[in-house]
Order: sequence, then C-alpha cells, then structure tokens
Amino acid sequence: MSTSRATAILLAKELRLEFRTRELLSATIVFALVVVVLFSFAFDPTAAESRRYGPGLLWISFLFAGSLMLNPSFARERLNDTIDALRMAPISPFAILSAKMLANFIFMSVVEVVLVPVFSVLYNVSLAGVAGRLILVLALGTIGLTVTGTVFSAISSHARLRELLLPLLLLPILTPLLIAAVEATASLLVEDPELDRTWVALLAGFDIVFLTASWLLCDYLIEE
Amino acid sequence: MKVRYSSTVFVAGLIFFAGYAALFIAPDEKTMHAIQRIFYFHLPSWIAMFTALSVVFVANVAYLATRKPTWDALGVSGTEAAVVCCTIGLATGPLWAKPVWGIWWTWDARLTTTFILWLLYISYLLLRGLLDDPERKATFSAVFGIFAFLDAPLVYVSNRLWRTQHPQPVIGGGNGSGLDPAMGKVLLLCVIAVMGVMIIILLDRYRLEKLRQEFEELRLEYETLNLEPASIGKERP
Amino acid sequence: MSATHHTSAVAAPSLGLSFAGVEKRFGSFVALRSITLQIDPGEFVALLGPNGAGKTTLLRIAALLASPTRGTVQFTDGAKSYESSGLLKVKWKLGMVGHTTLLYDDLSASENLTLFAQLYGLDDVSVRVSNAMKSCGLDSRAGSLVRTFSRGMRQRLAIARALLHGPRILLLDEPAAGLDRQGLAWFGGTLERLRSDGCTVLMSTHARNESLELATRAVVLTAGTVQDDSGPRGDPRPLLALLRAGA
Repeated sequence: MSTSRATAILLAKELRLEFRTRELLSATIVFALVVVVLFSFAFDPTAAESRRYGPGLLWISFLFAGSLMLNPSFARERLNDTIDALRMAPISPFAILSAKMLANFIFMSVVEVVLVPVFSVLYNVSLAGVAGRLILVLALGTIGLTVTGTVFSAISSHARLRELLLPLLLLPILTPLLIAAVEATASLLVEDPELDRTWVALLAGFDIVFLTASWLLCDYLIEE
Repeated sequence: MKVRYSSTVFVAGLIFFAGYAALFIAPDEKTMHAIQRIFYFHLPSWIAMFTALSVVFVANVAYLATRKPTWDALGVSGTEAAVVCCTIGLATGPLWAKPVWGIWWTWDARLTTTFILWLLYISYLLLRGLLDDPERKATFSAVFGIFAFLDAPLVYVSNRLWRTQHPQPVIGGGNGSGLDPAMGKVLLLCVIAVMGVMIIILLDRYRLEKLRQEFEELRLEYETLNLEPASIGKERP
Repeated sequence: MSATHHTSAVAAPSLGLSFAGVEKRFGSFVALRSITLQIDPGEFVALLGPNGAGKTTLLRIAALLASPTRGTVQFTDGAKSYESSGLLKVKWKLGMVGHTTLLYDDLSASENLTLFAQLYGLDDVSVRVSNAMKSCGLDSRAGSLVRTFSRGMRQRLAIARALLHGPRILLLDEPAAGLDRQGLAWFGGTLERLRSDGCTVLMSTHARNESLELATRAVVLTAGTVQDDSGPRGDPRPLLALLRAGA
C-alpha cells in the first residue's frame, strides 16, 4: 500500500469525521472571532493603525485558535485506541502523520477563509487587488502552523496537561513563522502593496525545514 | 571522587579569580565605567549556553539513533546547564542595559533569540516532567529538542531581518570590537571560568541522572531475584 | 508441526510466531520477564493467567504494537522467517481483537469496516464489507454510528474488523467479553472455521470461555513468566480444567 494512497484514505476518514459533527471547526472559528473582537477593545484602531496592527492581530488569532484546534488531532485517536488499529495496518507511519497534517491544513484554511473577510470588514482594511498574494502568504503560514502543530499534537497526546502543553511547545517554535507571516501580510496591506519576497522565502524555508524534520522523525512520533 | 572534588574546587577558584579580575584587574572602560564589568560574565554565559545547546542537539540525535539512555541523560543535563547559563545571561543583560542605555530590555535579534531559546528549553524540561514512561519521555524530548535546535537559526534570521525593518537601539556594539588587550585577557579568563562552571553543572547533573538510571536497574534486579509478584499492584502504565 | 486438522487447499500458508527472551518494562514496572515461547503455524493457544500477569502485553508485542525491551519476536511460515525489517509483510496477516474496540465511534459500522478494508488494500471492498456485516449479524445497523451500538454489538464489530483481511495469525484479548449468546455462537463458529483453515490463534482468556474446547495448547502466564505450558503436542485440557475450577 503506497504512502500516498494510504494518506488519501486516512484523509478522507479525517474529513468525514470532522464534517459530520463540525464541532471542532465551529468552536475554532468562534474562538478566533472572539480574539479578533477582544483586540478591538485593547485599542481603538484608526484606518492607519488597523493596517499597522492588523496583520499581527490576524496571525495571533490564527496561532491561538490553531494551537487549540490541533490538540484533538491525535488526542482523538486515543479513544478506543484507534491509533493502534492504524499502527497495525500495513501502512507507513508517515501516512498517518501526513493525513492529519493535510486535514488540519484544510480545517485551518476554512477558519481563515471565514476570518479574513470578517477581519477586513471589522477593521476597515481593503483586500482588493491583493487577494491572490494574500492567499499565498496564508497558505505558506498555515502549512508551517499545521505541520509543527500536528507533530506536537502527537507528542502532547501522551502527556498530562496536554491542552496547555501544546501551545506551550508550539508558540515559541512558531515565532519565525509569525514574524514572517505578519511582515508579509503587512507588505500587502499598505497603500502600494508589494509582496516582500524575503519574508515569503523565510516562510517557505520554515515549511521545508519542518516538513523534512517531521518526515525524518515520524517513526518516533507514531511508535508506542 | 578525587577528580570531582579537585575539579570543582579548581573551577570555584577560577571563578573567584575571574570575578576578582573582572572587578579589579580589568581596566576601567571609558564610557560605561563600572557597570561594563558585567560584560565579563554576560558574554561568557552566552558562549557557555550555545556550547551546552550543541551538546544537547548531538545527544538528542544520538539517542534516537542508538536508544541508549546515556544520551538521554546527557540531553537533560545539557539542557539544564544551558537554561542556567541562559538565565544568567538574561538577568545580567538588563542590569547592564538600564544604567547604560536607560532601558531594561530591547527586542533586538540576539536578545529575542536568546529569550525564545530560553522558553523553548524550559518547555523541553516541562515536557519531560509531564511524560511518565521513561522511554517515551526520552524519545519525545529528543524529537522536541531537535525541532527546537532547528528553529534557533530561523528565529535569529527572522529577528535580524525584522530588526533591519524596525530599527532598535544597538546593544552590545562593544562586544569584542576594539578590545583593549588587558580587557581581552580578562574576558578570556572569564569565558574559561564560566565554561568551567557550565561543564561542572552538566557533568554533575549527568552523573545524577546516570545514578538514578542505575538505581532503577538495581531495583528491578532485586525484584526479579526476590521472585515476588512485586510488580502487581504497583503503578501500571 | 501440528497437523491434527485438515488444512483447506486454498488457504494461504499459516504463520507461526516465537518469542525469544522477550522482556517488557514500562519504566520501573516489569510486565514480562524473559518469555521464551514458540507457537507453530496452525496452533490454537489459550493464554491463561490472572489479571496483571502480562497477557495483554504479550499480545500487544505479538501484534507489533509494542516492542520488547529485550529479546526478539519472530514470525515464520515454515519456509521463511520474518523479523525487524521484514515485519511489514507480516502486518497483512495479523489480526487483533483488543481490550478496546479499535473502532471509530463517530463513523458508521460499514464506514469503519470500509476504512480498514481499504487500508489493507482489499479488492471488492463493498462486497467484503457487506458480507462481513451479514456474517456478524449487524447488517441491519450497517449505517448507524458505532457510538449507538451496545457493548455486545461493538464487540461483534470489533471481531469482524479483525477478520476482514483474512489474517493468518489471530491475536485475541478476551474476545468474548460483552458478547451475548447469539454473538458467542457466531464467534465460536467463526473460530472453528478459522482453526480448520489452519489459522494460528493466540487467545487470552480469563474466565469460562465457550471456545476453549478448540484450544490445542494452554500456556499459563503468572507475574510475567510462563508458569505452565502444555506444549505443542500435549494435552491442554488439564490446565484448562484448572481454569474452569478456580482462577
């Protein structure tokens, strides 16, 4: 059974499970919205300030929401020991890991698709003309978030205090991603938007480094 | 035993002498005067910290490759030593910055990277505390340690790039640049002394960890020899 | 080699397994102390012993879910033996019924079976799944979520899941627990059919389990060691009788 085929089968299972109840997705979207609203109480943004602080606020709400959403990824598999059923099947451990990474990427993307328009309305930031480039930045940032987050979900699913541990492990690791994503997004929200290549390169570099590390270390993550 | 005692005494002596040298022998710095002397411990603790972290990375990779508990013991020892040095560095920095630049802290690349590394390696220790099974603890902390080490350069680069876009007051411009030879000698002495302290801490912690592992082995042997079903009723995984 | 039964002509070669000096520790807790046991292809081994003796741990190691702290596990089909790197091939032929159901509560019964049929690369997935559902008597509830099932129904589905890909070694951890009379009858019949097909079975059992008369061998585990073994050619009944009487 090839890894890509196994990944596809497991991805279908992940999506089916989530879209049946949609609990996790809706809770995550609402949480991200709450963060966005809370920030509006912290400062009362003028248009210029929105453009300055907006990208940071957007990405922080994604990171917070993401680190809560990623927890159940592996924690769910401990119910009825379904993770053991997957480990017994003749598939590679990377198929299990990458199916979850892909599923989490899709879920986070759904959250972002809802949140970005809401953000642009609430903070009066226009996204016209930069949508395509913004999607690129969002995608690269989300890849980094979900790759590392899924790995740490596998780690924290075995630990106590896992709801606290996951953000604790994840957020410091993601600081380069946060900086790069915020700067890249900010470069798109100015009067004369131009996508800053350096930051995009950093985002891509982050993604490649951690995707490779996950692939190399996946056996240790999925084992007993 | 003798080696341990004598080396600890030696390093202690070295550190006292280094302290004395930093306070009294080193020439007075032109602009910052007395407060600059913190630099003699501030910089060496960074150097010691990075050395410790490299040791941790090697230990992490080696553990995953060989599964020998020795490497795990080295990993946790190195991390604790690194966290100690890092804390010293982070604490002495503001003590220096405030009188000199009037600010306690700034988010420049070096400081920010160090702060994040400090957080990451404290999380490493917290993770270990929250995992029960020793093998799983060793494996997962090795994986996390590798991720943290890979992240470090990315953190530094991103902060540097960010800093060129958002200029901050330059700190540490005098580190190593145009050093008076007398200062240089004192600095070297302090680097050696602080590295010595770090190594002593690391080795002592390593010894402690190895002793703990040995104790567990002996306890198991004892239980087996007694042929009691002593394991029934004990903590089950 | 045990040949006291008729092997079906089209059955795939059976697998035997052997434990050599297997020790398993969880931190300071020793679950298994140096187990050496050889199980020939086609044997039906009843694994007996009190709670905490290590039966579940032994089965998990056989299922490749856990690796021994010391010692090795090997699988052999008479001609070749598989260990370490060759173990992926063995996974196709392993089936396990564990302490927990190994099923997704939020998927339907047929979705669960379909998932595993696909993961094991089976042909005619929908046909196989519907046959399995009919066989275990759950086809009227094929579309219901597993979380709505009773204990007995979940156990039946768990067993059906383990058998779906036609394993040649079956590892059963108290498989009859929770089964009702109908389920037990079905399970007994299934086991008998598998045994006559030459499937190797290692079944841990704690109490009176109707299928024990199928066993060709009894191994008693106590505090992580093999206390008694009726052997591949011996008579398991005395040891089994002890179980029925006391433990």
